[in-house]
Amino acid sequence: MGMTITEKIMAFHAGVKSVKADELIMAKLDIVLGNDITSPVAINEFEKAGFVEVFDKEKIALVMDHFVPCKDIKSATQVKQVREFSKKHNIKHYYDVGKMGIEHALLPELGIVKAGDMIIGADSHTCTYGALGAFATGVGSTDMAVSMATGKSWFKVPKSIKFNLTGKLKPYITGKDVILHIIGLIGVDGARYCAMEFAGEGVHSMSMDDRFTIANMVIEAGAKNGIFPVDDKTREYMRGRVSVAYNEYASDEDAEYFAEYDIDLDDIDYTVAFPHLPENVKTPSEWGEVYIDQIVIGSCTNGRYSDLYNAAMVMKGHKLAEGVRCIVIPATQDVYKKCMNDGIFDIFIDAGAVISTPTCGPCLGGYMGILADGEKCVATTNRNFIGRMGHKNSEIYLASPAVAAASAIVGRLATPAEVK
Amino acid sequence: MLKQGKVYKFGDNIDTDVIIPARYLNTQDEKELASYCMIDIDTAFAGNVREGDIIVAGSNFGCGSSREHAPISIKASGVSVIIAKSFARIFYRNAINIGLAIMESEEASKKIMEGDEINVDLTSGKIVNITRGEEYFAEPFPEFVQNIINCNGYINSIKKVKSWKK
Repeated sequence: MGMTITEKIMAFHAGVKSVKADELIMAKLDIVLGNDITSPVAINEFEKAGFVEVFDKEKIALVMDHFVPCKDIKSATQVKQVREFSKKHNIKHYYDVGKMGIEHALLPELGIVKAGDMIIGADSHTCTYGALGAFATGVGSTDMAVSMATGKSWFKVPKSIKFNLTGKLKPYITGKDVILHIIGLIGVDGARYCAMEFAGEGVHSMSMDDRFTIANMVIEAGAKNGIFPVDDKTREYMRGRVSVAYNEYASDEDAEYFAEYDIDLDDIDYTVAFPHLPENVKTPSEWGEVYIDQIVIGSCTNGRYSDLYNAAMVMKGHKLAEGVRCIVIPATQDVYKKCMNDGIFDIFIDAGAVISTPTCGPCLGGYMGILADGEKCVATTNRNFIGRMGHKNSEIYLASPAVAAASAIVGRLATPAEVK
Repeated sequence: MLKQGKVYKFGDNIDTDVIIPARYLNTQDEKELASYCMIDIDTAFAGNVREGDIIVAGSNFGCGSSREHAPISIKASGVSVIIAKSFARIFYRNAINIGLAIMESEEASKKIMEGDEINVDLTSGKIVNITRGEEYFAEPFPEFVQNIINCNGYINSIKKVKSWKK
């Protein structure tokens, strides 16, 4: 029996020849990740357990991004705790204000994660790195604590679901539309406990940023991980970033899949998830007139350069609709600098938008764009649960950067074609 | 291990943002987290729930963020066990790791109603609905998982190990 990419990575890290779905394994980890919300809890557990050393100071990444630059005394206290822990244990990949970016944009950008890796992170969107052909999954703080000490974790090998992608995306249709379409198709628990594997010629037509966005949101269908094959675009992305050897895996012809779906990229339209679940998707003809108060363009899902570039191209030469606030958040310092140098920020500022330092901030209702009672927001983020970005009676519409930018100009949920 | 309490019933896809909104994640204090538990979908829950009470919910309980603060806030509010049709995978693992008992039973999830008094045997998986005179069964956890829950969490269950570094 052949194996899937996910199974091959798991087998390699478990030190066995083969694994199959539902088997329990103990696997070595290449990176253990935490942020300013989950790391403090993990550090407490680490110390409570009596651990004195981390397994490898170069294989732990602590990224201060959720409430950073700190929004209040309590969050500053939490970051201080992580900062002191990092200093004490000489953690190589500790990223604070000035060096930090949103973790799931930053780690691939710096080449800290790579193809073939086995990665856990105390953040549910750790699955993002599947875009590079790595196994990456979100865990809680206790798992992070134990893995910081042992460098290992136990896993149940997930069943794999295959998505055969064919065709090519139309202009301004992006990975965000693809993953929202898929979540709408299978539901928020449609891939619960499973690996979502993306395959077929359609994969190769998509950019790395599209793939990061797709892998990022597989958790919104309940998946354990999302995974892409490695191709020339992956190798090109890793060139200059990853300085060590990496392993490429491909699924065998006779690998076993729990389910398969065929997705024609040519058929994908602008797709928006309406409140209050990511599966509640609608295409333009079903949108109706949704007037909006705020737009957020950014996050680990859509805060990369091409995301901001797409939004800027839609906004170029236009002003925000009366009464609409637009917050743009580049995911990393590198994205920030490129956007600044390329005139992308000028387009946003001239339109009436504001630019923030990298932060997860508003996506999780932390700060930097909290919604009031009854307000509606179009966001390029990943969750539209009740109260996610603020008041429990506020509404979030999840969309691509192009749709978010168009909506900011038109004043209601709109496609780029409606910007005149 | 036996648990008994009054039921608080919730629906499908109860996500970690409603269990504990991120605006309260600037603390690790368990009692403080408990005081905000479920605040965005049931403002009365945190004030009414008593030690030993039981949550019964639908499918995909705990979906969304990996925040361990979610099961921590539920456990610190006094809830002794959560019974659901199914759990999201990160929440499932987090609940066990912090020593919060959970059980999957479609029948119990459907038939148990808000306010029922129920009795749960974690060892056998038997659930007795005292109010309705009904019984349901859930697959019990293997012994090592029951041991983690009995030890009040994964860390406590392995505490004697000082350093794993080779």
